Amino acid sequence: MLQDHLISAAHLSRDDIEAVLDHAAAIDADPEFVRGRHDGRVLALCFFEPSTRTKMSFETAMKRLGGETIDMGSVESSSVKKGESLADTVRVIEGYADALVLRHPSEGSAKLASEFVEVPLVNAGDGAGQHPSQTLLDLYTIRENAGLDDITVGIMGDLKYGRTVHSLAHALTNFDVRQHFVSPESLRLPRNVRYDLHEAGAQVREHTDLTEVLPELDVLYVTRIQRERFPEEREYREVAGEYRIDNEVLADARDDLTVMHPLPRVDEIAPEVDETARAKYFDQAHNGVPVRMALLDSLLGGDR
Amino acid sequence: MSEKELRVSKIRNGTVIDHVTAGQALNVLAILGIDGSGGESVSVGMNVPSDKLGLKDVVKVEGRELSQSEVDVLSLIAPEATINIIRDYEVIEKNRVERTESVTGILVCPNHNCITNGDEPVQTEFDVLEDGVRCAYCGTIVREGDVAEHIDARGSGETAL
Ligand SMILES: [Zn+2]
Repeated sequence: MLQDHLISAAHLSRDDIEAVLDHAAAIDADPEFVRGRHDGRVLALCFFEPSTRTKMSFETAMKRLGGETIDMGSVESSSVKKGESLADTVRVIEGYADALVLRHPSEGSAKLASEFVEVPLVNAGDGAGQHPSQTLLDLYTIRENAGLDDITVGIMGDLKYGRTVHSLAHALTNFDVRQHFVSPESLRLPRNVRYDLHEAGAQVREHTDLTEVLPELDVLYVTRIQRERFPEEREYREVAGEYRIDNEVLADARDDLTVMHPLPRVDEIAPEVDETARAKYFDQAHNGVPVRMALLDSLLGGDR
Repeated sequence: MSEKELRVSKIRNGTVIDHVTAGQALNVLAILGIDGSGGESVSVGMNVPSDKLGLKDVVKVEGRELSQSEVDVLSLIAPEATINIIRDYEVIEKNRVERTESVTGILVCPNHNCITNGDEPVQTEFDVLEDGVRCAYCGTIVREGDVAEHIDARGSGETAL
């Protein structure tokens, strides 16, 4: 199982992923068997930018394992605001906790932080970089609904800044997955992610138009296109409108298509889709707890 | 370059960096952090005819030997370079640069949002790819032809510790 830190999905092997997903499935089926396993242990939630859901999901996971969480509060009120380095902050917090979860606005922050601590550290999002625990729950959801081999996955939206997309794309290279990336030209995958996919020998195609690939897809992973990526409101509206799905757009899709989204969504998936069997994004969010329980259990040495 | 030519250059102690890719001499000086303000005695030959390269640049620096991290970055912009260490007018060591797996310090990550551009107690680190380098922290790739643009202006090879 996983050792020490979880920084990037690029470091996850197929075996690592399957071990966590199997463990999560076992926890999902019977949460009792891990109850109290980490009694008295402490997880520090170091969120340098707000993310209520990811934070609550880790908090719930740790509590269900019998552990406790501590929290540095809002960045505005902490010493970080006074210019303390990240390296110093995590070294101090390490003294209070058995593991750290870090969310930070800068790319590479999790790797840097991991160099200064001995306890396990989980990257819960570093700028536009990576978000590997999200990827594990995404994979869990894909596996439940479509399996992880011999499938076709479409990933649509903001592929440039979307860290969940970067992590997922890396992780999917471990499986027999055809990946289709659908985005406006200006928000296509960054060069380094394309480089890695190429190096991994992944089957990848890029598109600007969803209709080119929609009928082939087993999974459609939608992400939000953010207003602040565009200088003009009008430009944003034009682009965002093209990457919005509703039941009419999905008419050409397979009946067993799995529609996913890391949430929160704004209007990129019409509410009418929620009522269909294709909508799996709320299940996906619920899967965050058993998957993070499995992850924390593994990092804290639950299998030892 | 023969030993005889080196004698002509009259460097007593220092380094001659020969077979530098033509046009890269000023970037070599940037890697070494030499802008003239330090008072070093430097001579630069640009577009000198060379059997090996057609044209080459040559940089001679008095009183200075290169650190390993400087040589590592040099290998990216001038892969054919030879480094001659001179003591008392004699070439006492002659080395080809070798491409390393990574370069530490010296290069700055072009991603402004990279944690290495914050005030953190770490040196930059770039993994060397076939045709460029990649930030070991944020993953940003710099193509080989653009590497020279990202040399730390401070040139010391040390980020503030
Ligand atoms: Zn970087």
